[in-house]
Amino acid sequence: MEFKFVILWTDALVFLLVGIVTGFTVYVSRKEHLRAPWRHVARSRMGMAALVILAAYLVVGLLDSVHYRPALETSGEQEKVRYSAEVLSVFDLIATPFRERQEKTYSAPFATHLYAKETIEFPDGSTRRDFPRLEYGGAHLDDPHQDRFADIVLTSVAGIVQGVVIWAALITLTAYLLARRQKSEVKTVVKRIAKGETDIPWHVMLVTAGLLIVLTVLAINLGLKYHLLGTDKVGQDVLYQALKSIRTGLVIGTLTTLIMLPFATILGIMAGFFHGWVDDVIQYIYTTLSSIPGVLLIAAAVLVLQVYVETHPEMFDTIAHRADMRLLFLCIILGITSWTGLCRLLRGETLKLREVEYIQAATAFGVSNAKMLGRHILPNVMHIVLIAVVLDFSGLVLAEAVLAYVGVGVDPSMNSWGNMINAARLEIAREPIVWWSVTAAFIFMFTLVLSANLFSDAVRDAFDPRLRQQ
Amino acid sequence: MTEPFLSVRNLKTWFNSSRGPVHAVDGVSFDIRKGETFALLGESGCGKSMTALSVMQLLPSQAVGNVSGEVLLEGQDLLTLSEVAMRDVRGNRIAMIFQEPMTSLNPVLTIGDQIEEVLRRHRGLRGEQAYNKALELLDAVGIPERKQRYGEYPHQLSGGMKQRVMIAMALAGEPDLLIADEPTTALDVTIQAQILELLQALQRDSDMAILLITHDLGVVSGMVDHVAVMYAGYIVEKAARQQFFDNPSHPYSKKLFASLPNIKKRGHKLAVIEGSVPSLAQTFRACRFVERCDYAWQTCRDREPRWFEFERGHGARCHLVDTELPPHERVRPVAKAETSSALKSDLGAPRTLMTVEDLVVHFPIHKGLFKRIHGYVRAVDGVSLELFRGRTVALVGESGCGKTTAGKALLQLIQPTAGKVRYGDVELTQLSRQAIKSHRGELQIIFQDPYSSMNPRMMVGDIIEEGMAAQKVGASSEERRQRVEALLRQVGLPPESRYRYPHEFSGGQRQRICIARALAVSPKMIVCDEPTSALDVSVQAQILNLLKGLQDQLGLTYLFITHNMSVVEYLAHNVAVMYLGRIVEQGSVRDIMENPKHPYTQALLSAVPTIETSSRREIIQLEGDLPSPINPPQGCHFHPRCAHAMPECRENYPLAKILSQTHQVRCFLYK
Repeated sequence: MEFKFVILWTDALVFLLVGIVTGFTVYVSRKEHLRAPWRHVARSRMGMAALVILAAYLVVGLLDSVHYRPALETSGEQEKVRYSAEVLSVFDLIATPFRERQEKTYSAPFATHLYAKETIEFPDGSTRRDFPRLEYGGAHLDDPHQDRFADIVLTSVAGIVQGVVIWAALITLTAYLLARRQKSEVKTVVKRIAKGETDIPWHVMLVTAGLLIVLTVLAINLGLKYHLLGTDKVGQDVLYQALKSIRTGLVIGTLTTLIMLPFATILGIMAGFFHGWVDDVIQYIYTTLSSIPGVLLIAAAVLVLQVYVETHPEMFDTIAHRADMRLLFLCIILGITSWTGLCRLLRGETLKLREVEYIQAATAFGVSNAKMLGRHILPNVMHIVLIAVVLDFSGLVLAEAVLAYVGVGVDPSMNSWGNMINAARLEIAREPIVWWSVTAAFIFMFTLVLSANLFSDAVRDAFDPRLRQQ
Repeated sequence: MTEPFLSVRNLKTWFNSSRGPVHAVDGVSFDIRKGETFALLGESGCGKSMTALSVMQLLPSQAVGNVSGEVLLEGQDLLTLSEVAMRDVRGNRIAMIFQEPMTSLNPVLTIGDQIEEVLRRHRGLRGEQAYNKALELLDAVGIPERKQRYGEYPHQLSGGMKQRVMIAMALAGEPDLLIADEPTTALDVTIQAQILELLQALQRDSDMAILLITHDLGVVSGMVDHVAVMYAGYIVEKAARQQFFDNPSHPYSKKLFASLPNIKKRGHKLAVIEGSVPSLAQTFRACRFVERCDYAWQTCRDREPRWFEFERGHGARCHLVDTELPPHERVRPVAKAETSSALKSDLGAPRTLMTVEDLVVHFPIHKGLFKRIHGYVRAVDGVSLELFRGRTVALVGESGCGKTTAGKALLQLIQPTAGKVRYGDVELTQLSRQAIKSHRGELQIIFQDPYSSMNPRMMVGDIIEEGMAAQKVGASSEERRQRVEALLRQVGLPPESRYRYPHEFSGGQRQRICIARALAVSPKMIVCDEPTSALDVSVQAQILNLLKGLQDQLGLTYLFITHNMSVVEYLAHNVAVMYLGRIVEQGSVRDIMENPKHPYTQALLSAVPTIETSSRREIIQLEGDLPSPINPPQGCHFHPRCAHAMPECRENYPLAKILSQTHQVRCFLYK
């Protein structure tokens, strides 16, 4: 199959971020004093369990960030290859069965019938208003009312067994790799992991990973037969939507930080270090900026962009490009409104640091200002930056949902938890209510934000000098 | 003999750490009788504070429950008491004062409230009664204008006053035992003398027992009845004061005495205790001091010495004093020959390196909406000094007198407001920021706190190299690397240290690195800003030896800023005494130490606790605290505290009176 890679703006930035993080990791692993706090994080059980879950989200998000356009089947041979207007991602490719099995409209989780009555025509020509069978969900059953429950149980058991087998394989692999690194026997390593005697809480991580694996395999098994979390108004699988929303959440949570960091660190450090008019100007800027209501600024910016996109349709190849532009813009504007807090923190810390004796010692050597900032100040405020970044992440993911609800969030064509919740406004108001969309969004968002918070707690404990135990 | 009031029997306290239990207190036993002062003496990290906290049951969370032994308070074992019962003991029967008066008081409550809180809790006093009692207590600890002070907040009081308030709070419960954990370490000598005097007076009045925890031999000699020397978690020697000072028996105690600098050791190297305190996370088989002991022989390595009392009330934990040791183990060794190499002493005629004239540093105080200048902190108010090549000038004074500011202004680290600093034929105050950078290498500084003076995120090698790179010392990075290694060796550290981070070193080692860093740019002059005040005595001796050796080798000039008179006696050639931003007296070290003229110098010298118990000097008590440099007193700054104040002292500031070629003083007593 022919295809054409599409690199959206946010994709490029996401991979840039991945690059930066990888580079930072390599750098940290070579410096003992930088590695020490991370080792502390690695020993925290809660933090590592949260990290496993975050990693699962991250994998989905990254798979969803490799985009391409499949070639359309050409009718004539002379014709140039033409590509579909639909931009797909690697994740879409993997989740093809979920993506393509579209029903007519709402259906409940595990349902075999639609959630709305229709006039059904029977083979004998008579018609009746009833709930029609779903096209895909439970379509393999002959008598859904009788067989459904047994089928679900059987499929679940099969799924759990498969999941456990995969988990066992994972445990063996981990133990083998650990044993090879520690130069001991696999058996003893397994024993030590089981007793929780290892330095890094492998047992907690493996249990979390096991739970995730079993759930995933279970979801695949059941999801191929039913709509695990139901379908939405246009009959799309809600589970698929919720999974697609992961990328949106992650992009907002991370790219915003990437955009705000240079502002916050450079301006914050400069304000604290140089004093005088530099400090006055920077303080003036952030005081003014933080006095403008954030939502107002975001709404204005998004509306301006919307108008721009609509008047310049030729600049955007596909709907995905337009939606992506809006997402990027949202990140930028969120970044611009949220750097002030960190900037203020860094200014304060720098004010404190510049009186510390090693800075005075450097002055006594005639070290230049740029070197002083780069070698003495920046490395010593890095822990604050790191703590702020991980703490901000969950706030930003939540902010996306709120903004979508207000109507200035990401593009309506883009899957996001905010859009799902926004749609649920009508679903919950109707009778009988449709509860699964909002529930799915809630579960996925809650898990991400909770694990992000737990992880950031572990990071803060390790990096905050005031909390650090001796 | 009366029954002991507090009796500690085989007290052990340990922490659980990742490397196994750390025995912070490991079998400590002692008795305190009523009306007696008992001192626990030792260097930092030897477990003396931990012992006190174990007695009070105020252990940090990692050590809770990890206590064994007995703490008998009039026969009742405190270790078996519940937390609720313990609360009645604390404050009521045993009270404690801490080292840092700045952080021991709640900043949002008035001092009256804080004292009354104790009165309510332990004495059940309320309202008028509590108020009167609180005033009575403030009076007892010597706080003037007590009614006004009663309603003031801690930040309105000076350090000495706060410590007095702490003592008042401790006394509020009328305790029978007062535990004083380094009560004067954070205070100036003159204030220290006041507080120690106060403690003694209170003890005389109330028959209270005092457990004094200190590292200062001088304080011990001044006020205690019994001394116990702690080392690595246990007591190595215990004696009555006189016995201890006449005849210290444990090699560690001897070394402590020997490492104290004083005028008699001038020109000689100080004795140092090599190595460091062993880790307490191990089980000891040998004597804990064996690695650092000059007398150690085979038995010391084979067996831990037992407690042996060789005369009444005087015991030690050392094989040397154990007369009942089997004969074959009693190979009395000779102490390793002490290399008391005399240091170079003749210097030739002094040659001027730097002249400071009327140096002034005023910090403006901004107030109000438009930050208009409202007044000035007159930190340095006209200081004139002369520094000679290869010699040391000591700048002495209480904290807050502006000596550190003067040192930094001299190096142009703080922009002086007025005055001249002439270095060779360059006028430093006239140079631009860029121009001064080329002179930075010649003028260096060593800071007080070796913990905050190095960037914790840089490797030692990079820290030392930074100055070289900025001053373009050494042509290539290879050349610089070699120089770094040579410097590390010069200050007594292995060259491999360059790949390690500052936090891996002890305080003394860090100070060595700081010295190496300053030396890296081949300075001519170094401002030493209290370089030893954060260190233990034995480590202080190492650093002083190093500084002295370097001066002889490289002909360095030091401006030594300190409040420690014994260091001055040992190291300095010339001394300048500062009071409230001005130099009140200066002269050669002999002039100042043997023949102080200014009443302030006399008071300062008399307040220094000495260990020579025979020649007791009369302490000249200074009234009150150092006045604020925002609003210095009219006339002579010292007159409100001066015993000899005359009418004219209130009018004018005295001019410098030249007493001899080297000695001058600013006081109306000498005209």
